[in-house]
Amino acid sequence: MAAFVLDFERPIVDLEETISGLRELSAKGGIDVSAQIAELEAKATDLRKEVFADLTPYQMTQIARHPRRPYTLDYVEALMEGWQELHGDRNYKDDPAIVGGLARFQGRNVVVIGHQKGRSTKENVHRNFGMPRPEGYRKALRLMSLAERFGRPIVCFIDTPGAYPGIGAEERGQAEAIAKNILVMSKLRVPIIAVVIGEGGSGGALAIGVANRVLMLQNSMYSVISPEACASILFRDSTQGARAADALKYTAQDCLGLKVADEVIGEPLGGAHRDPEVVFTGIGEALNRHLCELEAIGFDAIAGDRYDRFRKLGVTHTAPPPQ
Amino acid sequence: MTDPNSPGPAWFHRAHGGQVPASTERNESLATSGMWTKCAGCAQFLRSEELEAEAMVCSNCSEHHKISGEDRLLFLVDDGTFEELDQEVTSLDPLSFFDSKAYSARLAGSISKTGRNSAFIEGRAKLSGRPVQIGTFDFAFMGGSMGSAVGEKVTRMFERGLDERTPVICINSSGGARMQEGVLSLMQMARSTAALARLRDEGLPYISLLTHPTTGGVAASFAMLGDVILAEPKALIGFAGPRVIEQTIRQVLPEGFQRSEFLLEHGMIDQIVDRRDLPARLAEILSLLLD
Repeated sequence: MAAFVLDFERPIVDLEETISGLRELSAKGGIDVSAQIAELEAKATDLRKEVFADLTPYQMTQIARHPRRPYTLDYVEALMEGWQELHGDRNYKDDPAIVGGLARFQGRNVVVIGHQKGRSTKENVHRNFGMPRPEGYRKALRLMSLAERFGRPIVCFIDTPGAYPGIGAEERGQAEAIAKNILVMSKLRVPIIAVVIGEGGSGGALAIGVANRVLMLQNSMYSVISPEACASILFRDSTQGARAADALKYTAQDCLGLKVADEVIGEPLGGAHRDPEVVFTGIGEALNRHLCELEAIGFDAIAGDRYDRFRKLGVTHTAPPPQ
Repeated sequence: MTDPNSPGPAWFHRAHGGQVPASTERNESLATSGMWTKCAGCAQFLRSEELEAEAMVCSNCSEHHKISGEDRLLFLVDDGTFEELDQEVTSLDPLSFFDSKAYSARLAGSISKTGRNSAFIEGRAKLSGRPVQIGTFDFAFMGGSMGSAVGEKVTRMFERGLDERTPVICINSSGGARMQEGVLSLMQMARSTAALARLRDEGLPYISLLTHPTTGGVAASFAMLGDVILAEPKALIGFAGPRVIEQTIRQVLPEGFQRSEFLLEHGMIDQIVDRRDLPARLAEILSLLLD
């Protein structure tokens, strides 16, 4: 997977590989190629700007789905201490597509919940590509209730193509599991912050997304439907995802404009996977800042703050009833 | 609305018994010949007028034929008690969404076709004399899909239940969130459900009635959260649509999958109720909870 390269990344990655090859050569053989290296570096910088500065929504989505992108457990490792993962929904199973547990974050104890994708094929089969089944949502619900009882703020990392559509998932009440999480989250008295780190896939994302603050990474998406599924409905052709991505206006910047997101956190040029430290720092800083703000509000006002946030979402107007 | 030329408000004061109007859609799917309608279940010819009086349920085989949202709502509540509210709420086109047709044009088309501003009808009514808030989806309006206007009206219905301290009844039939309003449609799930959470905290009952079909974002929010959940026979109810599941797992789905009977067996709903019994059943359940 380390070799995974997106089509539009290809020329840049090729150039970067040439540069590192030249570096090795000059280190080994003592040949002075510094002029060539400098020239290629300059070219690479220009190329990165040209390719990455103005990504289309669908290219951003490809970055949001990049298999080398940091996932929930990478953020836990980079930002949290004392991580104790907690497993199982106490009803049926442990769902590896959602992880959760206790941790320390910048001087406070928190509960962390997030979708978890896998990096290799084997891992992805285990994690079901980050698509939870009802037991995953019920595990999340159990951990939220735990957070509520012990007064711990909740940090959610959203990164899922969607809730899994399968026979077992339907038998065990996928719709009810998502609905229940939305219901319970809307009333919790502890602060909740959700960070969309990759794909915010519809109800499967919202089921851990009813938060006081919703932050989005620059290339992440938050959508009612995947661009491919939308394209197969609209154009009867699932390969037209790029067109659907334009129509759905689901980029972080669009979501900020619609007030679905409260803040967009910047990524390094070309995406989080090209320099994860940048997003670790950015998310760490934003999380701490928002948690401090919410802690200042006090527990009694937290649920009301969340209600008001969602109550305003939507665009309607009034017209006389048609005759 | 049945007759696009008739004035809106008058329609609601029409008594139902024997006079429930047939919607145009239903007539398309049912073989009718003047006064007679052929039952889709047992193929017997039924007097159209009698079929309508029975809320489109066959008196011979109990087949539940399609009925419009407003006809069903009026069948459930006490005659002449439904007071529709928030009719002025309608969606805009915040994304300037365009596929083969602009969303604004699609909306305008649905508004003129149904004579309504949105896919949700709600207001105050009485059920066996008890004041309730009641709402229904209008499936003829873009498949009963939930955008900002539907979300706003569902939210108002729950909020009004809280303000007036009445039970709330919601008749669900929806394909889910409305794609053309993008992520704002998704947010309606949280917005409406948060209002429901407040109603629950005050000990006010909410009964969800699931009718064919209830899927997607509506199923995954307030539809599956009733204190009591009733369903009509054979209604399709689920999170993902059957086609999506078949494409994902590449298997043919078992017979009866995601139907009311399947949900009852799996513990997801309380009862399957014949449409004709619903008015009495709803009143009885509310009475047992509240009196």
